Amino acid sequence: MSTALTRLYLACVAIFLAAPIVVVAGVSVNERQNLTFPPQGFSLSWYAAIFTDDGWRQALVNSVLLATLAATLAVLIALPLAWFLWRRIAPWANVFRLLGVAPFVLPPVITALGFLTFWTTAGAYGQWWTAVISHGIFFVTLPLVTLTLGFASVDRSLVEAASTMGASDRRVLRTVVLPLILPYLVSGFAFVFVLSLNEYIVAYMTVGFTMETLPIKIFNALRYGYTPTMASVSVFFVALAALIFGLVAKFGDLPRLLGALPAEES
Amino acid sequence: MRREAPKSVADYAPLVFPGFMLVAFFVVPFGTMVAVSFFQRQQGGFYTPAFIFDNYERFLSAFFGGVLGFSIMLAVMVALVCVAIGFPFTWLISKASRRVQVVWLVVLLSVLSLSEVIIGFAWSTLFSRTAGITNLLVAIGLMAEPRALFPGFGAVLTAMVYQALPYTVLILYPAIVRLDPTLTEAARTLGASPIRAFFNVVVPGLRNTIVATLIMVFVFALGAYLLPQILGRPQHWTLSVLITDQAIYQSNMPFAAAMAVFLVLMSLALVGLTLLVGRKGEAA
Repeated sequence: MSTALTRLYLACVAIFLAAPIVVVAGVSVNERQNLTFPPQGFSLSWYAAIFTDDGWRQALVNSVLLATLAATLAVLIALPLAWFLWRRIAPWANVFRLLGVAPFVLPPVITALGFLTFWTTAGAYGQWWTAVISHGIFFVTLPLVTLTLGFASVDRSLVEAASTMGASDRRVLRTVVLPLILPYLVSGFAFVFVLSLNEYIVAYMTVGFTMETLPIKIFNALRYGYTPTMASVSVFFVALAALIFGLVAKFGDLPRLLGALPAEES
Repeated sequence: MRREAPKSVADYAPLVFPGFMLVAFFVVPFGTMVAVSFFQRQQGGFYTPAFIFDNYERFLSAFFGGVLGFSIMLAVMVALVCVAIGFPFTWLISKASRRVQVVWLVVLLSVLSLSEVIIGFAWSTLFSRTAGITNLLVAIGLMAEPRALFPGFGAVLTAMVYQALPYTVLILYPAIVRLDPTLTEAARTLGASPIRAFFNVVVPGLRNTIVATLIMVFVFALGAYLLPQILGRPQHWTLSVLITDQAIYQSNMPFAAAMAVFLVLMSLALVGLTLLVGRKGEAA
């Protein structure tokens, strides 16, 4: 396709993707509490409100804590599983790989309802840690996929050399394998962190009535009309996601993580 | 280190924690939900163990059929639009340099990770009377006065395409980026225009990928929950909304669970179909 046409097409998609964010960013700097665009006046006070308003700050803290713990849990589940599947020949263990991928492929409302019935039956409904476990399981697919790719990229002859020299399995894992897969581990963590931060329905069905995460808070606020803090929080989240994925891209090979072949040496 | 079969029980140790977590917190909750779908509902939101099919029988109502039909229709439209936009788009960025690709991927991932709540809020702003896109049309003289474009079906569809487009591109990306570039080069050398090479070589070559992507995006769109609520009217509510509504607000967990089980079966059948299509593609 001609270059001009290509550019036009890409520009259209870019505008489509950017438009809602641009408008929300514009709205978020309104001086007064109005939903108007272009903005009237300029003020960053709605960004300050995320941190100064008790409700919003508490929701932010809840979300960040939840995302950090859930990402840690997801990595802790995925790492030994991915390692085992790489190290051993045990076809039946692939059942666990399937289980790890399932929550992500099914419509989220199903996983959410499963957790709701489970935590209610177990008598733990509404406890904050149920959300951590739920998110950890719900997003375990992501580190599982990145780590599987990571292990696949490890040159087995390196590992072979280390074990010929007498290193134990554990030592090989710690000194050779882990440093090699670290970028994949970190990206898996980052993916879960960002998605957990933004996740609504699982969080809502597990702790929706006892704890407000930011998406829950935004939705609750949306029901009673408009507050400009919604806009500033949204922009804040977009920026945070872009920053984290940007870092992943800077320190890892993002196209490869997403399925491209390894970059050619050049 | 060669891969080897586990020799002793201790070799299975790494599986203990992941296995336990996945069984205890995915298989068991899932099983609980399936069990509850057969339970008897009591007044006041409780339910007692039983083995009845009443909850499934309720599917046979016209209301449920309407919601199901609408959910499927909406998801099909979203899938078609996303693949129609996303396929050429992915192909174009796969031609770009690795650097440019990385920038696009970061953008796509950022949009993909956006909360449904934020997407819904952003589009409701864009479609609003006071801050919306109609103000722009008024400014350039295409419209007399600004008006709100939501709630409505168009708003729901647009926002859902927005949400699913990055997902579509990221599913298509591995297949397209690995496509042998010599194929299109050969077509070009033989005198085909770039557009012709795209439609006669790239599209047929990736037919199975396209079908698989359509199904994946369909299942993804089937899960839409907040966007129909924020941007649509009650007649635009999907099965996911209905499930949540029954579970939380009507306190009818057995019925909600039965609908969820139905949704699982439908999704699983479709995902199975995707795998089948993929396998056929590999064999060919």
